Amino acid sequence: MNTDMNKASSELGLLSVMGATVRREMLLAFRNPGDVINPLMFFVIAVTLFPLSVGTDENFLSAIAPGVIWVTALLAVMLSMDSLFRADFEDGNLEQLLMSPQPLYFLLLAKIFSHWLVACLPIILLAPVLASMLFMSPEGMLPLVLSLLLGTPVLTLLGGIGMALTVGLSRSGLLLAVLILPLYVPVLVFGTGVVQAAINGTAFSGLLALLAALFALAVSLSPLAISAALKISIN
Amino acid sequence: MLEVHGLYCERDERILFKDLSFSIAPGKALQIQGSNGSGKTTLLRILCGLNSDFSGEILWQEKPVKQVRSEFCSDVFYLGHAPAINRTLSPRENLRWFSASQGKTGNIDISTALDELGLAGYDDVPCFMMSAGQQRRVSLARMKLTSARLWVMDEPFTALDKRGVSEVEQLLSDFVNAGGSLILTTHHPLQIACDIDVINLDSRVQESAP
Amino acid sequence: MWQWLYKLGSPKWFYTIGNRVLPWLWGVTGLLLVVGIIWGLGFSPPDYQMGDNYRIIYLHVPAAGLMKGSFYMMALCSAALLIWKIKMADIVAKAVAPIGAMATLLMLVSGSLWGIPTWGTWWIWDARLTSSLLQFFIFVGIIALRSAIESRDSAAKACAVLTLVGLVNIPIIEYSVEWWNTLHQGASDLSLRDSSANPPEIWIPAFFTGFGFIGLFFIGLILRSQNEILLRERRSQWVKDLLLTDNAKADTESGINTNA
Repeated sequence: MNTDMNKASSELGLLSVMGATVRREMLLAFRNPGDVINPLMFFVIAVTLFPLSVGTDENFLSAIAPGVIWVTALLAVMLSMDSLFRADFEDGNLEQLLMSPQPLYFLLLAKIFSHWLVACLPIILLAPVLASMLFMSPEGMLPLVLSLLLGTPVLTLLGGIGMALTVGLSRSGLLLAVLILPLYVPVLVFGTGVVQAAINGTAFSGLLALLAALFALAVSLSPLAISAALKISIN
Repeated sequence: MLEVHGLYCERDERILFKDLSFSIAPGKALQIQGSNGSGKTTLLRILCGLNSDFSGEILWQEKPVKQVRSEFCSDVFYLGHAPAINRTLSPRENLRWFSASQGKTGNIDISTALDELGLAGYDDVPCFMMSAGQQRRVSLARMKLTSARLWVMDEPFTALDKRGVSEVEQLLSDFVNAGGSLILTTHHPLQIACDIDVINLDSRVQESAP
Repeated sequence: MWQWLYKLGSPKWFYTIGNRVLPWLWGVTGLLLVVGIIWGLGFSPPDYQMGDNYRIIYLHVPAAGLMKGSFYMMALCSAALLIWKIKMADIVAKAVAPIGAMATLLMLVSGSLWGIPTWGTWWIWDARLTSSLLQFFIFVGIIALRSAIESRDSAAKACAVLTLVGLVNIPIIEYSVEWWNTLHQGASDLSLRDSSANPPEIWIPAFFTGFGFIGLFFIGLILRSQNEILLRERRSQWVKDLLLTDNAKADTESGINTNA
């Protein structure tokens, strides 16, 4: 009986398996809109808290705007990480993922890419709006979006490592923060550096290239660390 | 097909098993017996490569599993304690992704698979609206979709009603009699009409770790 | 060489050799520290710029060295655990983590104390202080992860992965902090000047205290590892024998005392 069915099925290429993974994650995000809305709302609310606490002085707000946007986006990405592996760990799909004959490296990249689409892209799209509410000068807008486009995937990949290490623990939110926030420092430094340089009118392409290098490094190494950590966590 | 030589595993300073050797050939079933905490689940997870805290040798087609991991994974179907069913997705969506992750297209009729597990008409109902037994049946419907030659099943009859149990037993004996290999644990008195070996982990020497 | 490494991987061997090495290590370390501290604090000439304030380098510099050294040692042990599954490596990694964290804290505190007379404030966002602070956070993260995971084997491997991730990240973090510091501070870097510019009377005692601290590090490492070995191997025969003979010895000694 099994052999009959084998004939009906044909082998799938790696790309279509990655595509199927992205489709599944998109479907899940569509069914659980909180995965999209909550990080975004956290971002908006947390940025709103700054004028309420430091005052509405236009010069001061525009001076701190790049930092506020970047730090808040970074925290939003970190808080969104919980949905990356948690459900799969609890319902046993993580075991199936680790037992898939497909290379785990690419399956993990597909999952992380989906997470980035769901949790980070909306934040990046909304960032210029919030930046202008903080009176950030317009020269910084495009560099802000570019730096977030290059930086948030790195944050997601590093967060994935932290999440993979802590997914087996029942309450891991604060532990995750302690583990990965120090690792977020370079992205934050160069990300805000890009925006500051653009506002000051100096060249920022070199810093963008540094962010791109971090991105390349994270894409090539993080999935390895994540798969090692996941194998430990499901033990 | 699968050979195990001198398997040793300790957990929390207790030896679960040592010098455990066995093999399983096509058309055979192997039942792992033992009381709670005797290491049945650990053994199954070690065989599947989900647990690496062991020493000893596991051979697949006479080659170490680690060297042929990808082929091994496409030939093994693992059913664990957790159903591996996402509660937000419908049975159809769950099974479609399962097929894809195995590297197969969804050409196999998922509806037929669900029908055979007694879930006709439930294709598009979100799994969180189903009972535990029904979710188990969705999980078991993967048996109809996999082309694996070795099935490793941890308590496959959990949460099933009497009829479900005998249906699944029928599926299992069909699989083994068609040349498949089956390794399973169960506390339920098995009634499958095929060649079945038993390993009892309790009867093996228990002692504390050195 | 391999034979030796193999032996080092055995907890029992580590325990016994540790017992044999410890008295010597105590002696040498004590000598180095006493000579270094008396010479450095009592006899070295005051610095022409900083007066007596510079003398904190006898604490500050060794602490900075230990901070780096501890982390490299943990990374080495982590690799040994993940690649060769040497259990002793995890015992050492676990023993070193708090020592490294304490050394980093010591470096931060001594740096801050030094800052009060030198910079006029106990904290500035100097590149070296800031990266040490981040290094401290990474130590804390590793310790926190270990204490959060119940299963000992899983905790060991998870910490090993995190340590190696940290190993890759630390140079990047330091580079970014360096860049950030030049952007925000300009060229007003007031941290420790090149010690080779100082007269030998200043830096020779620093050698003594430096090696003394390395000695202290290994004493801490051996003691903590031995504790962990006894805890992990408490069911094994050699630990039982060891404790029985120790008890017997204590009994006979107390017996002699009561007789006397």
